[in-house]
Amino acid sequence: MMKFRFRRQGNDPHREKIKQDLFAFNKTVEHGFPNQPSALGYDPKLQLMAIGTKSGAIKLYGAPGVEMTGLHKDTSAVTQIHFLHGQGRILCLLDDNTIHLWEIVQRENRSYLVEVNSFTLPGRPGIESSSATRVTVMLLKLSCNLLALGTEGGGVHFLELPSLTLLNRSLFQDQVMQSLPEEYKCGKSLGPVESLQEHPKNSDKILIGYSRGLVVLWDLNSRHVENLFLGKQQLESLVWERSGNRFVSSHSDGGYMVWSVSCSKLCTHEPVSGPVVLFSGGMPRASYGDRHCLSILQDSSHVTLDFTSRVIDFFTIHCAEPEQEFDEASMLVVLLEEELVVVDLQTPGWPTLPAPYLAPLHSSAITCASHISNVPPKLWERVISAGQLQCPLNSYENWPICGGKNLAPESKQKELLLTGHEDGTVRFWDASGVSLKPLYKLSTANIFQTDCDHNDSSTQGAEEEWPPFRKVGCFDPYSDDPRLGIQKISLCKYSGKLLVAGTAGQVIVLVMSDEKSDHMIDVATVDLLQDREGFTWKGHDRLPPKSGSVVFAAGFQPVALVQCLPPAAVTAVTLHAEWNLIAFGTSHGFGLFDYHRRSPVLARCTLHPNDSLAMEGPLSRVKSLKKSLRQSFRRIRKSRVSGKKRAVRRIEPRSADDSLSGVVRCLCFADTFLKDGTHHGPTLWAGTNSGSVYAYALDVPSQEKFSERNVEALLGKEIQLMHRAPVVSIAVLDGRGNPLPEPYEVSRDLAKAPDMQASHSVLIASEEQFKVFALPKVSAKTKFKLTAHEGCRVRKVALSNFTSVSSEEYSENSLVCLTNLGDIHVFSVPSLRPQVRYDCVRKEDISGIASCVFTKTGQGFYLISPSEYERFSLSARVITEPLCRVEVERPHDLSDNSSCSTILPQANGTHKTQVESKPSEAEGLMEELRSALSSPVLGSPNSSADLTLDTTGELTMEDVKDFLTTVDEAENNFRNMAEEDGRPPGILIN
Amino acid sequence: MNKNHRAPSNRTLSAVEVKSKFGAEFRRFSLDRSKPGRFDEFYGLLQHVHRIPNVDLLVGYADVHGDLLPINNDDNYHKAITVAAPLLRLFLQRKEEADYSAFGTDTVTRKKTPAALAAVLLRPDATKKKAPIIISLPKDFRPVSSIIDVDILPETHRRVRLYKHGQEKPLGFYIRDGSSVRVTPQGLEKVPGIFISRMVPGGLAESTGLLAVNDEVLEVNGIEVSGKSLDQVTDMMIANSHNLIITVKPANQRNNVVRNSGGAATSGSSGRSSDSNTSFYGFSIPGSMAMAPSHIIQNYEADEESEDEEDLVLEPDGGAKSLLESGAAARSTASSSMPALPRYESHLELRHANGTVASSSSTGSLNAHTRRNLEEDGTVITL
Repeated sequence: MMKFRFRRQGNDPHREKIKQDLFAFNKTVEHGFPNQPSALGYDPKLQLMAIGTKSGAIKLYGAPGVEMTGLHKDTSAVTQIHFLHGQGRILCLLDDNTIHLWEIVQRENRSYLVEVNSFTLPGRPGIESSSATRVTVMLLKLSCNLLALGTEGGGVHFLELPSLTLLNRSLFQDQVMQSLPEEYKCGKSLGPVESLQEHPKNSDKILIGYSRGLVVLWDLNSRHVENLFLGKQQLESLVWERSGNRFVSSHSDGGYMVWSVSCSKLCTHEPVSGPVVLFSGGMPRASYGDRHCLSILQDSSHVTLDFTSRVIDFFTIHCAEPEQEFDEASMLVVLLEEELVVVDLQTPGWPTLPAPYLAPLHSSAITCASHISNVPPKLWERVISAGQLQCPLNSYENWPICGGKNLAPESKQKELLLTGHEDGTVRFWDASGVSLKPLYKLSTANIFQTDCDHNDSSTQGAEEEWPPFRKVGCFDPYSDDPRLGIQKISLCKYSGKLLVAGTAGQVIVLVMSDEKSDHMIDVATVDLLQDREGFTWKGHDRLPPKSGSVVFAAGFQPVALVQCLPPAAVTAVTLHAEWNLIAFGTSHGFGLFDYHRRSPVLARCTLHPNDSLAMEGPLSRVKSLKKSLRQSFRRIRKSRVSGKKRAVRRIEPRSADDSLSGVVRCLCFADTFLKDGTHHGPTLWAGTNSGSVYAYALDVPSQEKFSERNVEALLGKEIQLMHRAPVVSIAVLDGRGNPLPEPYEVSRDLAKAPDMQASHSVLIASEEQFKVFALPKVSAKTKFKLTAHEGCRVRKVALSNFTSVSSEEYSENSLVCLTNLGDIHVFSVPSLRPQVRYDCVRKEDISGIASCVFTKTGQGFYLISPSEYERFSLSARVITEPLCRVEVERPHDLSDNSSCSTILPQANGTHKTQVESKPSEAEGLMEELRSALSSPVLGSPNSSADLTLDTTGELTMEDVKDFLTTVDEAENNFRNMAEEDGRPPGILIN
Repeated sequence: MNKNHRAPSNRTLSAVEVKSKFGAEFRRFSLDRSKPGRFDEFYGLLQHVHRIPNVDLLVGYADVHGDLLPINNDDNYHKAITVAAPLLRLFLQRKEEADYSAFGTDTVTRKKTPAALAAVLLRPDATKKKAPIIISLPKDFRPVSSIIDVDILPETHRRVRLYKHGQEKPLGFYIRDGSSVRVTPQGLEKVPGIFISRMVPGGLAESTGLLAVNDEVLEVNGIEVSGKSLDQVTDMMIANSHNLIITVKPANQRNNVVRNSGGAATSGSSGRSSDSNTSFYGFSIPGSMAMAPSHIIQNYEADEESEDEEDLVLEPDGGAKSLLESGAAARSTASSSMPALPRYESHLELRHANGTVASSSSTGSLNAHTRRNLEEDGTVITL
């Protein structure tokens, strides 16, 4: 019998060094709009804006590329943010009634945001309940040395800054009450402090507004009430005029009042001429109570900005000259729940200004994404010019928030991130740098007849409405027709051809064009059922294409539309522009289409005869009945289970007649050897949910004969994976084990030609394992069974090229894999040896895992909220992270003596601490196995008592070897782990 | 039954007449019934008398019922000698040309005469109307379960291997979370564990009798389950479902294999540790049970891994077809147009059992009816 011995082998230090040079895990930057913003702050001196979120993150934005993020230890919502102007310090009030001081610190010539101090207002023992000391408002004095806190109990407390020490000068309501006239007192409390405002001319005076309506001008030095303003309406907010002569109060009934300070009289109806008045809310409740509005009033001009989501806060950007009578606001910045809107107040008509960052990725829900690295300059320019036609104001020169300096070098390579949306649009984003900028938006809805075509904006103008509403913002969560949703995107960056596929089986081929055009689209239908009988589709109809010609602006223009029958959602696409071929798959089968001749080449049904669910479609009544029955059973079982706290799982192999076994999961084109080892040619590979792989040999005519000859496809191989796990990805590797280059890369001398001498191999990644087969015989070469070992499933895989930090010359191809547990594994290719493992996404974050996209250079993106992509890097070399510097000057620097952590927390709390896999994993496994043998379990109560428990003495090394020979999987994996290039394997066979 | 239609003489009692046919040639010789010798000697003798010393042979004999049965080890060789009455008819085939479908029940009697039997063996593939059910060689009969590694595991543990082999019978068991008590240096400790919660009646797991409800699962294919969630363990088991090795601590500790004692102590365990049903060795020497555990380990070791790891690769042959129909049509037309100018090298990685079938050059006929079988069974092919 074969005996195996594991030699204890130290890790090869050389290989470890190479690994360190290649791989490093970093979460680098968050793209998009912060999820659930809850506070807004602005520093006019540094020109920085801060946004706080409900998850306790604060994000700082300045000039494009200047971004900083901080995360509070407790995930409590940030309710207020105040800058200590010019000092680079930020005060945050959290929902848990704590106050935190953050500082911008410089380290290694870069700026970071670090928390340096925090404070909680102590309760007054015995007198006030804890809610009484709850901070309602904060006032930061312009001199930045004093912080006033208004509380729920009506008290005002003072803190010294920046040390956050409570001064013994608190002002309580009873002091104010003494100076009140009797008729105003009427035995009631004044209510919480609603507003605190510093006098613009005399910094010793502050205005205190109480909820009941009383406003007090308080002198800090003499500690007495200087003026009383006896408001009767419940107060919402206060604001000074610059002169200090008047202030404005807003009230819960939707009105505002202007008060004159000198005579303490109310002068509400005095027309305020010249200045701009801004207020949010204030709409007549009955008719417009559900709208999210902000009104701008100036002289006779009146505009009510009508937003699609709640107004969180707003500020104006104005000249800082204190001599001016009014603020002379130039810009209005409004933070909404789902986007940021900037209105230019100096340009007539008050137009909005596009923001260079904080793009609302989710203006319609993201349904898919695709990343294109190293975009050729030619295509890049054409995309940009097409985008500028759509939105002429696409320059960010007027952007007002421009503090800090972006130190990140201009990225050498242009990167595109394409997101598909529910409304049928594809958005092109510049993903080359830290800020994700919108470049171009492609809509596919205009080639179909949908129900929503009729209600154009023409009707809206006719309506004479008061107040004068104006729709602002682009967040539109309501999809017109869910069938328009984009499912898959494939772009050929060299030829400018784009393949877009959607929910109703539509597959659209688009070509980049610089001229606008008016043309008909060629429509073809492909029946993927192939006359299979006994099936009826009960899902949605296909989208009817528009008849006649359609006008298309410059940009990507549709040339061909293929509609799959039945019109199920497209689950996989691939495009080969050099061969003029597209392939697409649904839950029923896959098809091949020649878009040059506009003719279908192949349709193949992948359905299993028993698979009825796939046929009926998502809207089927039968299914919904089945489903609801199943769900109700599940619920019953769940309730039964939860009582006992016991879950049960059935152990059965995957059977072929699982529902949706025919779903085509991946498609790929390759020029390789399918027939024999000497003749290579175009091939098409398709993998399904039930572990089947189909390989077709294609006969593609040469470039000149495209118009004359048909493309032909012939089934070459059918591979049934034994474990029947869904095939996640297929890739063909050349003779050197490198992935085949993209179309045009070789013919245009952009990549090294693949090795066509040595035999090719195909890498098939299923949900459970990776396997490399030699071509053309399809004999297994290497494999790694991830599930058998780790008990996790493969969700996303990609082949990436990792370049070493120490030398640009050295790079390795690797297989990157994200599992259902949210961790990322990197394997060498084609030997499939595990290299590193990182925790990336929380395993509960299913949408995050499902949205993950890997780039070709070892980076990746995943959604941490519907509106935000987290960008991460697995490569030690290719890292896109904010690199910025903000110059600050502050009198007393706290950060020197503070013990700030060097690990910077990241926002949104979605992150696990990263743990790199131990390099000594192989040894760990050995230990595991040994301990499994040497620690017998004590018999359970019903085991016979006279059994000897200690059997360790009988176990020898030989026995362990024996054990391992039967444990093939572990051993195989182990061998993969233990072996490394250029050194003897760790297994010695006697 | 045609036994004893002639009174056995002394000569027939002591000697066995052998008529051995290889291709069109016959050889006749006799063997001593009381001292048959070993199979490999017999095999050498056959090669010698036929003068085909370097040809790999598949030896078959016609038994009393007229079934063509193989001779490929000492056991079935002895069986063939003892049942020969009095003539032992042998049919030799070249291994690479062997037609496995000829073996099995009623393969000989259906044709009644030896000539017809020969016709069965030698019939041309094209004349086959219906593919017979392929029954693999008895030596390739597969165990459905076994207890393994008895010698290295603590006696309280049992490592069970379930062989799925793609058969229809479900594995049929459920697992659940639970807690068990373990000895640690600190004393007894309650730790979370995974347990078998239910057996599906008639399922593979139940039919083996080696697993039972409340057995604690300690390892799955050599990987400890402690510290893993129920879902992770489920995934591990499903990923290995075609060749599942689970180490359990049986809830009932009375039937454990007692390793070092002799025959008497094993009375309880031996029945369980051997393959309970479909065992081909049922008729072999029953006295050898004492060596059962280690014997079983030895039996099926080397080839199992390669066998159940094999993914199935199908290659349709035939010339270029019109495209849209080729996908669906290729498989159905392949069997008829098989020999005609194959476009691809005919290659089928179908390894039945130990991989002898398709080892070197699988013939077209095998290809043909294998594929037809595939069609008959639907798209599900599992080996």
